[in-house]
Amino acid sequence: MRYIPHTEEDVRQMLAAIGVTSIADLFAEIPAESRLDRPLALPAPLSESELLRDLQSLAAQNATASSQLSFLGGGAYNHFIPSVIDQLISRSEFYTAYTPYQPEISQGTLQAVFEYQTLICQLTGMEVSNASMYDGASACAEAVLMAARATKRKQILLAASLHPEYRETVTTYCQYLGMELIDVPTASSGRIDAAALAGLLGKETAAVVVGYPNFFGIIEELEPIAAAAHVAGALLVTAVAEPIALGLLKSPGELGADIVIGEGQSFGMPVSFGGPGVGFFAAREKLVRSMPGRLIGATRDKNGKRGFVLTLATREQHIRREKATSNICSNQGMCALMASMYLTLLGKNGIREVAQQNLSKATYARSAIAALPGFRLPYSAPMFNEFVVEVEGDVVALLTRLEGQGILGGISLARFWPGMHNRFLVCVTEQHRRQDIDALVAALKGGAA
Amino acid sequence: MRVGTSGLQLNEKLIFEHSDPGRRGYSLPALDVRVATLPPELVRTEVPGFPEVSEVDVVRHFTRLSTWNYGVDSGFYPLGSCTMKYNPKVNETAARIPGLAGCHPYTPETLSQGALGLMYGLQTALAEISGFSAVTLQPAAGAHGELAGMLMIRAWHEAKGNKRRKVLIPDTAHGTNPATAALCGYDVVPIASGGSGVLTAETVASFMNDDVAALMVTNPNTLGLFESDIVKICDIVHAGGGLVYCDGANLNALMGIARPGDLGIDAMHFNLHKTFATPHGGGGPGSGPVGVAEKLIPYLPKPMVVKNDQGYGLDFDRPQSIGRLRSFYGNFGIMVRAWAYILTMGGSGLKQASEMAVLNANYIRARLEPVYNLPHKHRSLHEVVFNDANLANDCHTLDVAKRLIDYGYHPPTIYFPLVVKGAIMIEPTETESMETLDEFCDAMLAIARESQENPDLLHAAPTITRVQRLDETAAARQPCLCWNPADFV
Repeated sequence: MRYIPHTEEDVRQMLAAIGVTSIADLFAEIPAESRLDRPLALPAPLSESELLRDLQSLAAQNATASSQLSFLGGGAYNHFIPSVIDQLISRSEFYTAYTPYQPEISQGTLQAVFEYQTLICQLTGMEVSNASMYDGASACAEAVLMAARATKRKQILLAASLHPEYRETVTTYCQYLGMELIDVPTASSGRIDAAALAGLLGKETAAVVVGYPNFFGIIEELEPIAAAAHVAGALLVTAVAEPIALGLLKSPGELGADIVIGEGQSFGMPVSFGGPGVGFFAAREKLVRSMPGRLIGATRDKNGKRGFVLTLATREQHIRREKATSNICSNQGMCALMASMYLTLLGKNGIREVAQQNLSKATYARSAIAALPGFRLPYSAPMFNEFVVEVEGDVVALLTRLEGQGILGGISLARFWPGMHNRFLVCVTEQHRRQDIDALVAALKGGAA
Repeated sequence: MRVGTSGLQLNEKLIFEHSDPGRRGYSLPALDVRVATLPPELVRTEVPGFPEVSEVDVVRHFTRLSTWNYGVDSGFYPLGSCTMKYNPKVNETAARIPGLAGCHPYTPETLSQGALGLMYGLQTALAEISGFSAVTLQPAAGAHGELAGMLMIRAWHEAKGNKRRKVLIPDTAHGTNPATAALCGYDVVPIASGGSGVLTAETVASFMNDDVAALMVTNPNTLGLFESDIVKICDIVHAGGGLVYCDGANLNALMGIARPGDLGIDAMHFNLHKTFATPHGGGGPGSGPVGVAEKLIPYLPKPMVVKNDQGYGLDFDRPQSIGRLRSFYGNFGIMVRAWAYILTMGGSGLKQASEMAVLNANYIRARLEPVYNLPHKHRSLHEVVFNDANLANDCHTLDVAKRLIDYGYHPPTIYFPLVVKGAIMIEPTETESMETLDEFCDAMLAIARESQENPDLLHAAPTITRVQRLDETAAARQPCLCWNPADFV
């Protein structure tokens, strides 16, 4: 086995040094009746070439944005990934390191994640960001729990247009904590129903959670939502599943949000069947001590040289145990690093330009589809790079017909809401050429028939 | 040969300090549709503070930062309870295969059979390795897996109408265990592990009552000892109406040797980033699948990957499920790496890995026990816990750890488990050779001698790193968590 260096002679010498005669002696504390008395029923070991051949044949059974024309989004996005990222992320000093508990030999990770925290603050308009969390959905659940801690209240108002998998994750996390989760309906514009929100907000409300953009691609007006929440003494949590939008949109911080969470997969990571991406989590400075997750801070070494360390650990499980702000231990360090590399490469101009291209191409596609007979747009408010289309007839039949033409035309909303069987969500990014969009429009013509 | 030495060290600024207006590090095709605009009240003028740098600036920046890190590929990394084994390179190639990395999670099932089939294969293999009836791959890390497992245990109790409030947790446990129990709405009852370091059936029996929902154990425990009473302990908890959760962080000692599911455990998480050789990534991403006994299958998170007449599919129709713990299906890219590892090792290779991991830990123990204090004397499995009780001249565990850096090693886990004062927790893993272990042990013994003869060497360490000991107190007292030019003159 090429990963295990021991020769038979090594084993013999080591057993002698230990003072036992066989490997089996080392396991003497495991009672005989507790031991497995047969070999594991697993396939025989493969060589490297056999392994890669097997995996290639599995890969060949998957459709991707290279093999098909794909308009799938809904929380996982196909954006261009510059070559620099994979080259740099392959530096094994980064990816084979552990959590930076020994700062003197972890300054690479520590400074890079400090830069990540800064980039996330700049993008979201927040004052503090943690070192990242599992994904956008679990970060959303953590934000809800943090809001409950910070306000000492238990009621959460969730926009019905929040990503449905974020909504489900919040439900899972909250199920035994005495929380009350209430959905706020969507107005005909596709935005949160402001009147309904006003009616629901009260002195029990810990937080209002809205997508920005929301799951339907719609850009919410955050300022009045924040104002209404704050009057009630509640916090505004914004969930950003497509953070490329923040290159163009006003930051949630500027508009009054208190906690901004989201999914950073768009920043240089492949869709990878849904993970790993990176959950980002940012908040107002006054809330920092109730934040979950790791934080990296700047300090000096004993000679006065700048350096970085994990800090404010007294919030965390390894110190506070059952009184910690979360049970989370790891972060998505590697993915946070990829996000940093992506945002650094794009920089101030690139993030705006790529966001502008997404908006422009999606707008072009939306207008062209809306002009087709039998298709309409149910929501009127401005969108970013996704939009909902309503069709006469069955969406699943329509999308299946497109699959036959090599097109993944979108996500049926019936997947999440059975009542929405005639609606689907289309995502257009900078990766789509005009001719790709035209091909989608041409294929859609004729509808489900 | 002494591994640690000093060499050329490159300084590097923060990326923001490199920024110069007008530089760019990206390219985009010309826009081929009309420019769309949004209402001006929705749009920002710029992202304030974002850097403007060239591609070369970025490449050099991150390359230099990488040289300030120490990884498994740099050298020996005996971090206890973290299983810092070698991360095979073919696994990195595997995770980057375009048909795997590029598959969107909402691709129709008929067009994602490869991804679903891989997940099915992995969950089936993990069930065989652990002896559980079913495995979910959804949790993103070990603590996330604990949450899944404990929520399932709570759901099982709720379904029976049980109003139990308490979870028993030995004081040797990882901090995630009590934090997870609290997140499931339970009160934590700590159990003192006692002098032997092993939990006895009598101790558990004395804590077991009608209010106890579960016991959370780690096996082998964080002292590196097998909980030899585990079968009796599971019987006691089950007879009392509770369930047993196992923290699987230390599974690297048991593959092919004993299976937690066969011992009576009801749920256990795996750490693919420990036992199954996926990289730790400087803190993640991990992956924390959970295996469960038959009785917990209805409560598994949804969706589950299933095999049916059409091939592989996702089962969302699970009315008793605890729900979903995150978006999509888990950290698939990590699953690919773990699957590649299992296929490479085979059943025999995994058993050999556990055997050699245990051999290595016991070899280190044999070489260091004459000099370093060993508080618990039971036979060690995959790791061994010493402490600083034998050290003189105000030299402590932290000083040994920092001095090891000067010798060219990543320090062991220190001050954990909490029950050992000044713990030095060493887990070598199976991928280290006898030569490496000897060099490391020589360094440990040299440091012990230095503590007698020249303790200042320990107190001043590390001295050959780019930065020396950092002021963590100042970092926490006045947190600076975000770059601001005014703070960095």
